[in-house]
Amino acid sequence: MIKFDNVGLRYDAGHEILSDLNFEIRKQSFQFLTGPSGAGKTSLLRMLFLALRPTRGAITVLGRDVATLSRKDLPSIRRRIGVVFQDFRLLDHLTTFENVALPLRVRGRTEASYRQDVTDLIEWVGLGERMNAFPVTMSGGEKQRAAIARALIDQPDILLADEPTGNVDPPMARRLLRLFLELNRTGTAVVIATHDFGLMDQIGARRLVLGEGRLAIED
Amino acid sequence: MQSRTDLLSRFQPTLDRVRTMIEHRRAVRPTPIVPPGNVAGRALVITVAIMTFLASLTVGAVTLVSETASEWQNDIASEITVQIIPRDDLDMDAALAAVEEIAGRTPGVTSAARLTDAATSRLLEPWLGAGLELGELPVPRLVIIAIDGEAPPDFDALRQELEDKVPQAELDDHRAWVSRLVSMANAMILTGTGVLVLVLVATALTVVFATRGAMAGNKQIVEVLHFVGARSEFIAEQFQRHFLRIGLLGALSGGACAVCLFWIMGLWTASNRARPEADQISALFGSFAIGWTGYLGVALLIAFVGLVTGLTSRFTVLKQLSLIDMLSPVET
Repeated sequence: MIKFDNVGLRYDAGHEILSDLNFEIRKQSFQFLTGPSGAGKTSLLRMLFLALRPTRGAITVLGRDVATLSRKDLPSIRRRIGVVFQDFRLLDHLTTFENVALPLRVRGRTEASYRQDVTDLIEWVGLGERMNAFPVTMSGGEKQRAAIARALIDQPDILLADEPTGNVDPPMARRLLRLFLELNRTGTAVVIATHDFGLMDQIGARRLVLGEGRLAIED
Repeated sequence: MQSRTDLLSRFQPTLDRVRTMIEHRRAVRPTPIVPPGNVAGRALVITVAIMTFLASLTVGAVTLVSETASEWQNDIASEITVQIIPRDDLDMDAALAAVEEIAGRTPGVTSAARLTDAATSRLLEPWLGAGLELGELPVPRLVIIAIDGEAPPDFDALRQELEDKVPQAELDDHRAWVSRLVSMANAMILTGTGVLVLVLVATALTVVFATRGAMAGNKQIVEVLHFVGARSEFIAEQFQRHFLRIGLLGALSGGACAVCLFWIMGLWTASNRARPEADQISALFGSFAIGWTGYLGVALLIAFVGLVTGLTSRFTVLKQLSLIDMLSPVET
């Protein structure tokens, strides 16, 4: 679904922070992306999500060569990739329901057409009681789950999550992991960027390990 | 107390219905993605209102001038004058009669009448004083000829005939005066149009800055919309909606103030018609009434300013989004 061939990334004229990346995110696969802080996990995630252009190499996303993509092609590809940011990026003036429904709203769908789906998903992530709450009144874990629900609402082909358990306690982290596994079983490829070894040790998933700008794969 | 409770209970069903309607409306209309409070509204409404007010005044002034000039033109074009220069051997009465007779039988002339002695004396009174004896002074005399505006006479033929029969007669068809008036009015209309264009450009530029400010202030929202797959047009619409509302509100307030001013000026000149200040204004602009073209112009201007505001914000958002690197919207 996503393929990196000899990809390198540098900011400005500095040295490459990521070099010779060669890997593939396969359909319905589950993997962790890990490495020490500053190893470039977030930059790699941004390239996966078409938010950052590589300085060399080739990236293929959902069968399209990124180098040949025009600006107009981006939204339709992004709609097939769900992203959970470390800082959630929920809109503060919208309720949980409205935040989760946002991807469907930007696709031009009416509220009547998605009300039930959004309600079901919010209940699935355990936020049924917080349907009309605004982000400022929610805990870190609640915001995290709302952000996850927003990434999942349109059943993406790939889910990218940046430190999704960074702001929650261990029981909540386990609950979120179960949620990602359940999602993976329904057919979505999942990439979780984390440096939480406790979380990774819970399941024997593939690990993409970043270190000194290079990637090692532990299957 | 009892009656108050009765009154409340009587209106309770209506209140409930209104409440249900408001709740339904809230439910139907989702929360705006870009909240109105995030767009610096009030200052922009005032700016647009001031701009529209100035533009409306210009529209009013331009229509007033063009309508008045056209009235002058019509009045003058419906009248020509023949001036007879006195000479020692000239019988003024006979010359006046001859001019009246020639003009009277010329096709296209509706009437020809000499300016009476009394009227001529009144005309000269500011220079020569009262009690003037026209016979004692070599004063030129005038014959006023009214012409049919639809089918005017052949001026050259009339001038030729007058010169042949009464060599001291000079025909003035006011063409030089009319053409000077028309060019003055045209210059004013051109200046007014220039001012109008400048005001509209200034309004558009203000909206560009305000939109850029609003986008910078809502950077997080723009980013989120990007990564949930919103198209640029969708993002632009979220901003355009606010700016269209701001533009229309400002334009309506400014336009309404200008219309009120026109109306007050019209009332003032009408009620002070006899006073010297109003007389001067009336002498220039007639009744100082902005015609329906002026009001229509202001209405069009309001719609146009609203449209300019909405479209400018849309293009600014699209331009700003296109400036963001194709693959790094979240980075910038």
